[in-house]
Amino acid sequence: MRLGLVAAPVAFFGLFFAYPVAAIVARGLKVDGVWHFGRLTDVLAEPDIRHVLWFTTWQALASTALTLLIALPGAYVFARLDFPGKQVLRAVVTVPFVLPTVVVGTAFLALVGRGGLLDELWGVRLDTTVWAILLAHVFFNYAVVVRTVGGLWSQLDPRQEEAARMLGASPLKAWRQVTLPALAPAVAAAALMVFLFTFTSFGVVQILGGPTFSTLEVEIYRQTSEIFDLSTAAVLTVVQFLAVGAILAVHAGTVRRRESTLRLVDASVTARRPRGTGQWALLAGVLAVIAVLLLLPLAVLVQRSLDAPDFGYYRALTSDDGGVFLVAPIEAIGNSLQYAVVATLIAVLIGGLAAAALTRRDAGRFVRGFDALLMLPLGVSAVTVGFGFLIALDEPPLDLRSTWILVPLAQALVGVPFVVRTMLPVLRAVDQRLREAASVLGASPCRVWREVDLPMVRRALLIAAGFAFAVSLGEFGATVFIARPDNPTLPVAVARLLGRAGELNYGQAMALSTILMLVCAVALLVLERLRTDRTGEF
Amino acid sequence: MLLSLDEATVRFGGRAVLDAVGLGVAEHEIVCVLGPSGSGKSTLLRAVAGLQPLDGGRVLLDGRDQAGVPAHRRGVGLMFQDHQLFPQRDVAGNVAFGLRMHGASKDEQARRVGELLDLVGLPGAGRRAVASLSGGEQQRVALARALAPRPRLLMLDEPLGQLDRSLRERLVVELRELFGRLGTTVLAVTHDQGEAFALADRVVVMRDGRIAQSGTPLEVWQRPADEFVARFLGFENVVEGTVAGEAAVTPWGKLPVAEGAAQGVRSLLVRPAGVRIVDADEGLRCTVAARTFRGTHVAVQLQPEEEAPRLEAACALREAPEVGGVVGVEFDAAEIVVLG
Repeated sequence: MRLGLVAAPVAFFGLFFAYPVAAIVARGLKVDGVWHFGRLTDVLAEPDIRHVLWFTTWQALASTALTLLIALPGAYVFARLDFPGKQVLRAVVTVPFVLPTVVVGTAFLALVGRGGLLDELWGVRLDTTVWAILLAHVFFNYAVVVRTVGGLWSQLDPRQEEAARMLGASPLKAWRQVTLPALAPAVAAAALMVFLFTFTSFGVVQILGGPTFSTLEVEIYRQTSEIFDLSTAAVLTVVQFLAVGAILAVHAGTVRRRESTLRLVDASVTARRPRGTGQWALLAGVLAVIAVLLLLPLAVLVQRSLDAPDFGYYRALTSDDGGVFLVAPIEAIGNSLQYAVVATLIAVLIGGLAAAALTRRDAGRFVRGFDALLMLPLGVSAVTVGFGFLIALDEPPLDLRSTWILVPLAQALVGVPFVVRTMLPVLRAVDQRLREAASVLGASPCRVWREVDLPMVRRALLIAAGFAFAVSLGEFGATVFIARPDNPTLPVAVARLLGRAGELNYGQAMALSTILMLVCAVALLVLERLRTDRTGEF
Repeated sequence: MLLSLDEATVRFGGRAVLDAVGLGVAEHEIVCVLGPSGSGKSTLLRAVAGLQPLDGGRVLLDGRDQAGVPAHRRGVGLMFQDHQLFPQRDVAGNVAFGLRMHGASKDEQARRVGELLDLVGLPGAGRRAVASLSGGEQQRVALARALAPRPRLLMLDEPLGQLDRSLRERLVVELRELFGRLGTTVLAVTHDQGEAFALADRVVVMRDGRIAQSGTPLEVWQRPADEFVARFLGFENVVEGTVAGEAAVTPWGKLPVAEGAAQGVRSLLVRPAGVRIVDADEGLRCTVAARTFRGTHVAVQLQPEEEAPRLEAACALREAPEVGGVVGVEFDAAEIVVLG
């Protein structure tokens, strides 16, 4: 039965991940049917490549630390404090995460770059320093921490902390001894995600890094699309693959040791109005950070999209004579939504099955190894996934290049790890005896899952679906390779517009980005609404 | 026998939690397994329910071996210690759960839920949220939920464990009445002897995964099988002695025993009621060490002047001696039991 659960995800990953990656590695390392592994050491010996590796690692560590530092108070505020507009704000902070990296880079360039807002006001420029990259990474990953950690935090029973207080612990000590250990798996999961995203950061570094700063991902892209040196790109992919695999293996070990059955309660009963100066100050601080770090770049983006009179940039989107696409840019919205819905369904199905299989406490080594495997698409570059799709799935027996399903498949691949990561902590926290109670009352194992697990993880499932949807909607690296010219997605359309010279194209890119931002915000708001309705039932 | 355990064995990492347990429960019988925590009681229930696989032996229901039959097909009910009500369902949703699993129609479910809520004394509570229930109400809902699919055997794990004393005493009487009326076959486990005696037709005392004694509450109470059972039932006056004829030599002196008692070196139990307090110059001289008011009587702790274990005596409030006083003690043969 467990094998049955695992079979579908394994087949999915084998076919749409392992196979394309193998294909690209072979394409890079095989010359005339002969393997040339010496290429690995040759490439790694180059000082330029070593520099890239070093920078990739330390900027990822710095970004992760900075993100945790800035976002953990936010996770607390969203989990434990009740304030007007919280729902909307929660969706708002998630929006940056789903924006295409290219747009995030551009928005920060508009804020801290040459002629940017800070430059105009105080003559401050950060685009030549690493700070622009770090801040953009925090902007990008703030929601990962708030939603992953805050989601669990809001369901932790506050009475556990109160019990510790009654036993003589100070508030800080009670938090450290009771809440922090319970949160640790979620914090670790969030930190891992942030580290992986920043380790494989592409669009942001591409735009804000200039010639000085280059990550492995940017280097792979450069080698693939500018120098057409597939061999070097393949070697770098292998290196990235190994590094990420090692990190994931270590992480899987730590998380498994720490995960324990938690006392979960309804999130709606744990949040309270802020009390005391401390909590008000914290709330104010978090709101200020959100305003400056998250909203300001978006505001600059919107302002730029409106720079032409009479919504000129927006009206230009509806005409198809720009020459950039075969169709009007506006059609990208419909394409993106359709792809994202299909990708979300696939990701939730595959990810849900995988999470259910991984929940078993008696899960063997094979299943646990599978846990790490599921995370790999996050670590390997999206560019690799897209490129692999292109070269592996274009010939019989799997000729999918001309079908529309290719794009949702690639996007689902990137979305599944989110689903698993979000569902797993909650699924593992469901009390085993509840399942047993259902079983004794006559529920088959499958029915137990439907009747006990599913209702309890519905929130997590919705959050996971929201993440998968958002990720699909904003996915760029893989999609750019496989989206057909007559069916571009929003991020692809934005990138193509940005790649063209001229104020009109730039303005249209800003306008389309703004639309993407709005679509994401609306989708997330609907999701939040849906979620409250369900919780309100009980 | 509706339920038989045949050499049932469960090991956790080498330690036998159930050690070749043999037990039978007849139809309509109420059997209560009594034992301290860690004696394997809950594991016994889980093994019967199919939640805990056996390492040896068999579980038979209606004579059929249950090996390989998953929990949901065994047709037994289990009420969990802390109820384990489904938090996301209301009271009716919880009670109807088993009925839904067995494919009952909506009408059937509604009718049966109403019936059961009336039965457990919560009429009209169907729409209430589980979280809003008091401990006693949760217990009733859990009972209704377990009874709803008409299990052939109902198992209760510390059914009244978390409730306060007066509620417990009332509920145990209600449960006994209810099971009698419904003809339910019950296998319960508890660490509370009062609960076991009030509820059960038959009491099974467990110790370290083995059955120490099995019998009617009266039998177990009157003739504990060994020192462990006697002490577990709350008897403190247990002492080693040598039985010869109708007397036993013990540190408390020569005690009279019933005719036909087992001979040789034995443990002897002297029930507090069998310790008669007399004038200081008669019998065993003791100092009164403590007095505890027990409602119906006073428990008096007596320290014999010679080197010997303490004695507990039960006496009427008016007759209880003062702490520090010196009294004499005589023993009543009818309240002395030679243990196995």
